[in-house]
Amino acid sequence: MNFSEVFKQSNQLCKVSPDGKYLATCVQYRLVVRDINSLQIVHLYTCLDQVMHMEWSSDSLFILCAMYKRGLVQVWSLEQPDWHCKIDEGSIGLVSSRWSPDGRHILNTTEFNLRVTVWSLCTKAVSYIKYPKACQKGVDFSADGRYMALAERRECKDYISVFVCDDWHLLRHFESETQDLAGLEWSPNSCVLAVWDSCLEYKILLYSLDGRLLSLYSAYEWSLGIKSVAWSPSSQFLAVGSYDEKVRILNHITWKKITEFEHPATIINTKAVVFKEVEKRPTCLVSDEITQLPAQVPVIKPDPDRANPKIGISTLAFSADNRFLATKNDNMPQSLWVWDMQRLSLLAVLEQTAPVRCFVWDPRRPRLALCTGNTKVYLWSPAGCVSVNVPVEGSFQVQSLFWHCSGSSLVLLSKEHVCLCYLNSCFGGPNISHKHITFMSL
Amino acid sequence: MGDWWTPAMMPDPSLDNKELSSISGISMSPSRQNSHHSLHSTMVLPKTSYSVISAFCTEENISQCIAYINQEVCSLGLTGVSLESESGGLSAVLVLNLLYEVLQLQRRAQRALHELETQQLKNSSDLEHLQHSNCRLKDQLEHTRRENSGLHEGERQLQLKIKTLQNCLKSEKEEVQKLQSIISSRATQYNHDSKRKERECTKLKERLNQLLMDKRDKKLSIEMSNYVGRSDGKRGLWKTSKMEARHEGEMYRALLSDYETRQRSLVLENSELKKVLQHMKKDMIAILSPKNVCVQPEPADDSLEQAVSEGEEEAGDRSRESLEQSCEQAREQLTNSIRLQWRKLKSHMERLDSQVSLEREGDEVMSRKEHEDEMQRMRLELQQCKEFIHMQQQLLQQQLSSPCDEETAALLNDCYTLEEKERLKEEWRLFSEQKRNFERERKNFTEAAIRLGHERKAFEEDRAVWLKTQFLNMTPFVDRKRPALSEPHGALAVSTEPEAKLQSTPPLVTKSQSYSVFSTPKAAPVKMPSTADLYRTLHLIPESRLIFQLP
Repeated sequence: MNFSEVFKQSNQLCKVSPDGKYLATCVQYRLVVRDINSLQIVHLYTCLDQVMHMEWSSDSLFILCAMYKRGLVQVWSLEQPDWHCKIDEGSIGLVSSRWSPDGRHILNTTEFNLRVTVWSLCTKAVSYIKYPKACQKGVDFSADGRYMALAERRECKDYISVFVCDDWHLLRHFESETQDLAGLEWSPNSCVLAVWDSCLEYKILLYSLDGRLLSLYSAYEWSLGIKSVAWSPSSQFLAVGSYDEKVRILNHITWKKITEFEHPATIINTKAVVFKEVEKRPTCLVSDEITQLPAQVPVIKPDPDRANPKIGISTLAFSADNRFLATKNDNMPQSLWVWDMQRLSLLAVLEQTAPVRCFVWDPRRPRLALCTGNTKVYLWSPAGCVSVNVPVEGSFQVQSLFWHCSGSSLVLLSKEHVCLCYLNSCFGGPNISHKHITFMSL
Repeated sequence: MGDWWTPAMMPDPSLDNKELSSISGISMSPSRQNSHHSLHSTMVLPKTSYSVISAFCTEENISQCIAYINQEVCSLGLTGVSLESESGGLSAVLVLNLLYEVLQLQRRAQRALHELETQQLKNSSDLEHLQHSNCRLKDQLEHTRRENSGLHEGERQLQLKIKTLQNCLKSEKEEVQKLQSIISSRATQYNHDSKRKERECTKLKERLNQLLMDKRDKKLSIEMSNYVGRSDGKRGLWKTSKMEARHEGEMYRALLSDYETRQRSLVLENSELKKVLQHMKKDMIAILSPKNVCVQPEPADDSLEQAVSEGEEEAGDRSRESLEQSCEQAREQLTNSIRLQWRKLKSHMERLDSQVSLEREGDEVMSRKEHEDEMQRMRLELQQCKEFIHMQQQLLQQQLSSPCDEETAALLNDCYTLEEKERLKEEWRLFSEQKRNFERERKNFTEAAIRLGHERKAFEEDRAVWLKTQFLNMTPFVDRKRPALSEPHGALAVSTEPEAKLQSTPPLVTKSQSYSVFSTPKAAPVKMPSTADLYRTLHLIPESRLIFQLP
């Protein structure tokens, strides 16, 4: 494993282009584009204000920088560095900004979610979409980039609009049977839209592309409901994580639950492996051990008087080959659970010394990278677990990370800096021994 | 009555037959037997009664009778009749007294008898009464006992009911608590949400106020240097109903294709599963049928044969019905037959298991012994292995720790270090040689470059001159000679030399490349040597980096 130099960034704004060739970072009001292999600066742009959001277009030719305070969006071109584009939302303000899948339209959500403005870079035309809903996830683009689903709320009722991204033609507009829609997500095959209700009601609805209701699933009533939802990459499974600390898996043929994964405080499943990160005082080395079962998982009881309590499954992620599911239970924040989707059973539990901040699957291989806010990066694969210290002068507290689209490197973000970690593909193979690999040097 | 008979039993043989018959004659008349009136009547009666009395006492045996009577009377405790009166004559007074006493006795006896009889009657009635009451009490007791057990039973059931009701109550209480907690969490969620909405509302109001008061209204606008082409390179189209129809069509096509792929995969899966089931069925039939021969004759054989024949029949069916894939009946038949076979197999296995366990009980002793021997052997082996390992460990420890004490180890170390030193020296020499070569080459290159620069300059000058002459020659001044022709040749000739020289050096470079080891940390920025830069500028060698590293 090799580590690159450390570069500055602000607001955790650091993104790799979709074609994997460039790395864009924002430092205050400057946008820096580097070549991913040499990390040399290729372009440098200056924006009018501190950048709050930065996004690559899907064809890696343009980057948008949104400055919410001033209601401005600036777009930069990589091919023609002197091309410029500035979108001013005026007095209506700006809350969020994003690209459309074709990379030629920008969708701005105004303040108070009054409307969504669609700007076209091809024609300078503007379209408006009224009454968008302000919720956890109100807009989703299908994976093939053809359709956009938008949640709307009119007269105390939820509606869903499906637009064709080609020309923003409204394909379908139908009422949703939710009480208070919290989010929607397309399946990876773009044929089914999963819509779920707010946490006050456990209800997940499945709509077909043409607006027919395919199925409704509700596990229980009254208690707090759905916290997170994830589709499997093959669209076969829909994983629903809820406040009762369980994940329910629905199958795409009958849309009924095929199993549920529990997160008990005592693990007695003998087929599961528990990796525990242990601090060894004298040498300050931290190693991963396999503990004997039954093992106890540390639990933090949430405050019952607060809204959105820290209990339940808040994050779910499927691996790219559809074989594994990683989950995090909020009242066991230091543990990460990995489930085998072929056997539908628990495969491993990773227990860290600090709450897990971020975990991401490799887009190519079944490898999971996670960080807990200390100076280490942890990697898990079915072969075992490895922890790597980031060898940077001063300490580099890894706050979040993401994979390069080729799966050969990791981008690590601390509060103010970014660093790349290059992995050789030998990790994840059968001959790796693990558990006591503590300090990896260059 | 018996009293009448006893005199007959007197030792008076003469009276035997006659008295008996006369007495028997008297016994026939019942009126005389029972009452003491009969005594009087006998006294009054004429000869017949007299004949009775005369049965006991006759003229001849008066004294005997008197003696006998005395005897009897004495035994009864009465004053006796004395015979000592004048010549055998009985004093009537004494006899009458005796008679009177006897009568008194008789009366007393009768009274006693009467009393006894009444007593006996009373007793018997009492007894009866007691028996009755005893029976009654027993019945009552039985009855109360039954009642008691019934009441116990009732009490027990009530206790059970109490327990179940208490459990129900507990569960209801728990549910109430749970519902309360749910309500409270929902309430906090609602409060949170409503507060958030209220905050948003106030922000909206403030903003609205601000906008109303704010005179200059910033319009929304877009500034772009130039229009960007569409990502797919095509021109934009107008929104028409045809477009809408096309979109709808595309959407339905996408849905259809998804359904088709799904259906295809499901059909594949289905057929595979059916095949697997059929294989299983065949296997099960195969397993069950040979058992016909070796298993003990049991009624189960018939069922097995039946199963086999059924299976064969169904195999025939199967081949026919495999052609109709989605026939519901076929599916049901297949699953039913599989279930039947499976049940039979299970029962067969159970039977086998029981047989085996029976057999095993017979030779349990033997197998246990063997088992124990095995265990013993394995334990010994284990012990040996452990000792071996321990020994190995010790030796290894010695090996590792000994070098600091022994001389030979020190010598060895010296040898190793010497070897290493030699190797390093050799490599250093190579390295210095290479460095020298490199320096030489670099010098050559710089010289060549300088020369080339000069030559280029010369060439340029030549060219300029030549052009000038050409130009001048184009003018009417035709007879001017071209003095500078030779020079360009010279410059050109010279310029080929360094090229040749340069061509000779690349082989050297490739040779040196073979010594180098490339392990490029991709991101480590490496300093470029000047000659490489030179090469690049001369476009002789493209971007290869020369990095020397010792192995």
